[in-house]
Amino acid sequence: MFLASAKKLRSFGIIGMNQRNFGLISRYNPRHLYPLVDDKLKTKLLAQQAGITVPKLLGTVQYQHDVKLLKEILRPYDQFVIKPVKGSGGKGILVITKHDHNLYFKPSGDAIQLADIERHVSNILSGLHSLGGKPDTVMIESLIQLDPVFSDYSYEGIPDIRIIVFRGYPIMAMLRLTTHASDGKANLHQGAVGVGIDIGTGRALHAVQYGETVLHHPDTRKTFSELVIPHWDKLLHLAAACYEMTGLGYLGADLVLDRDQGPMIIELNARPGLSIQVANYAGLAPRVAVIEALKTVDPDPQIRAAFSKKQFSVDSIIHSPRPQHTRSDDPDP
Amino acid sequence: MHAKLRLYFLVVLIMGLGIGLILYKHFALGFPLLPDDKKPVWTIEAKIDFVARGDPVIVSFALPPQTPNIVIIEEDFASPDYGFSELATPTGRRAQWSKRSATGRQTAYYRARIYETDPIALPTVAADLPAEPGKPEFDEVLKTAATTLLDQVRSKSANTEIFTRELIATLNSNAPSQNQSLLLNEQSSEDYKTHLIINLLALEGISARIVRGLYLEDGRRRQSLTNFVEVYLGGQWRLFNQNTGESGKPENLLLWQRGDQSLLDVVGGKHSQISFSIIKNFQSTRNLVVRDSMNKQAGIIDFSIYSLPIEQQSAFKMILLLPIGALIVVIMRLLVGLRTSGTFMPILIALALIQTTLLTGIVIFLTVVGTGLLIRSYLSRLNLLFVARISAVIIVVIAIMAGISIISNKLGLDQAMTVTFFPMIILSWTIERMSVLWEEDGPREVFIQGGGSLLTAIIAYLFMTNRTIEYLTFNFPELMLVNLALILILGQYTGYRLSELYRFHSLERRNVSGKR
Repeated sequence: MFLASAKKLRSFGIIGMNQRNFGLISRYNPRHLYPLVDDKLKTKLLAQQAGITVPKLLGTVQYQHDVKLLKEILRPYDQFVIKPVKGSGGKGILVITKHDHNLYFKPSGDAIQLADIERHVSNILSGLHSLGGKPDTVMIESLIQLDPVFSDYSYEGIPDIRIIVFRGYPIMAMLRLTTHASDGKANLHQGAVGVGIDIGTGRALHAVQYGETVLHHPDTRKTFSELVIPHWDKLLHLAAACYEMTGLGYLGADLVLDRDQGPMIIELNARPGLSIQVANYAGLAPRVAVIEALKTVDPDPQIRAAFSKKQFSVDSIIHSPRPQHTRSDDPDP
Repeated sequence: MHAKLRLYFLVVLIMGLGIGLILYKHFALGFPLLPDDKKPVWTIEAKIDFVARGDPVIVSFALPPQTPNIVIIEEDFASPDYGFSELATPTGRRAQWSKRSATGRQTAYYRARIYETDPIALPTVAADLPAEPGKPEFDEVLKTAATTLLDQVRSKSANTEIFTRELIATLNSNAPSQNQSLLLNEQSSEDYKTHLIINLLALEGISARIVRGLYLEDGRRRQSLTNFVEVYLGGQWRLFNQNTGESGKPENLLLWQRGDQSLLDVVGGKHSQISFSIIKNFQSTRNLVVRDSMNKQAGIIDFSIYSLPIEQQSAFKMILLLPIGALIVVIMRLLVGLRTSGTFMPILIALALIQTTLLTGIVIFLTVVGTGLLIRSYLSRLNLLFVARISAVIIVVIAIMAGISIISNKLGLDQAMTVTFFPMIILSWTIERMSVLWEEDGPREVFIQGGGSLLTAIIAYLFMTNRTIEYLTFNFPELMLVNLALILILGQYTGYRLSELYRFHSLERRNVSGKR
């Protein structure tokens, strides 16, 4: 069967796009708060005010005629990331891992020239990647250093952790691992692996690529069963704190683990996608219902994170057992 | 919950208003719900001949009454060098031709085009009450014969209706008694017979009047009006055929004149004669109704698209199809979950497809976008600013279009010339978007979104070119309200999209195996 029955999906608590747009986004995310997360510079500023670690801002470019200053801005840095301030879905992000005279190297090893970077920046400024094609600003950030925990689980890129925060409570988490297929991007529909993470422990639950179960990382062949995310409490706490920061009731916090600086927030999303349900093999609806049933939202993110840990831990919620290892699940040798 | 209730109230209101207006137009104004609905239209020509004596001439001719069941589309009056006026007299409309002096054979024409509307039961007009039948005067012999006949008939009948029928039957019987022959007279004309019946009924105290009607049969010439007797029975007038005694109005009879007024008066002429010819043809009901409603100045029609100049009307014909396209897009995106590049671009493609026809349109679309993508990938290497690049793409698209037109013209492919109907700016944007999509998300995403757009466009096209839908949207713009209500309801749909049933299908398997 290629199609699931709607009745079954509903009984598992899977939330669909329409339900998400109607029942979560439009109900819990006031429109006027969107700029706070759609504009990554604003998010960064907010996070810094709240004492949350963010990647260091190396510079910004706001006008076309400043594009020629790029060379100067980039000169001191060997590694950096160029991002559109109002980009969405990871669009327009250019990662440079090595800088050698006029050549800049992408994580894949491809070399590009300054002119290519300039064109990319110019495109961003013209609004190519921004929502609605509005003129945009470019920001240049320091590159996040891969935490050794993930070195076996990622290919040419930095994995990030998406945590759905509902009314300040982290309710579901997923680790997105870059693969060869995803071109070093942590983007699920481009072929990144999504790993459902147990809110209670930070342990990997189940992994999918292209919507199908995988047991190993497709490039590094490392199995996910031993994967436990370190600093899990801190990550949950950071995610929960985003609620106070933005006021958005339903948001997706994208966090990374930096080798040197530990957990940090790279991006917030007011319209987080639904693939996280596939990665977790669980629906969002029951967890949303638990939080909606709460009379008051605790003002302390620490306490909220603790509540979520207890409430949504795999051991505490009735959760179907881990998938049996069957022959059909075996990856092809 | 409150907001939801309000929305449902609004939906019901809008839907009710829309459907109500449609039903009103259908039932009260007679707008057909299908485009092929046709009605017979009768063209009746009355030819009046007479010989003028050189004196002033006045010709007065009774015109058919304007009853609710009969719609007269147009009337023509023709006769050379005659003054003409149409008079409204208490007994009905009359046409009057006049001339200071004329000699010799004269002819006047009257032509009307009419059609019958669906009969609607009308209350009897109060003014249509009969006068007390006057006492007719018969001479002694005839009176005796009449009394005898009436006594005979009365003895055989139970009520007025049967009495009337019996009287007519007796007068028309094949083996006439002496009384009948006496009454009917040898040279009895139709008119004489009618008046005889009316007089006999008057003797009995029954009100009756003469009615002249024309049998509508296709291709008839040299017809004349047929006389009927209309009898006042139990509060309403009933028509009786004076030759058979049958009651009721025959289906194809056009009532021309009621009452004892003359059909034709010619002053200053002799040997006047009138003959009718009849032709039947079919016309679209919708055209007839629009024309009629415009004439009657029905408010809903007078303030409608029909009152616009033809050019604007045809523009609206297209514009009114857009809501259908919008509905399709809503369905495809919210219920099916197809991804399209640009929310409403499929509608624009569909509009272009309408002009180019489906297959040609798709081929042209793919050619232009495909070529455009190739050239765009070259442009991206030229390091241009964004606005300049998209402008360049626009020019490239126009060049491709011109190229397609010229080549197809040389090859004798006329259809490909319609390439100009594609919206150039939109195509350029599509190319730009797709090319960025290609670079960032790979060709797969381009095919998904491009295919989604095209599929939605084709479905929208199929709906928008459906003759019935086209007809309904133009002639019942109220349909937009229904459409709006549907879209409002769909905006509330929070269930799964069809594509999500596929997206999450692996979850179902897992949960099944988990329970084992």
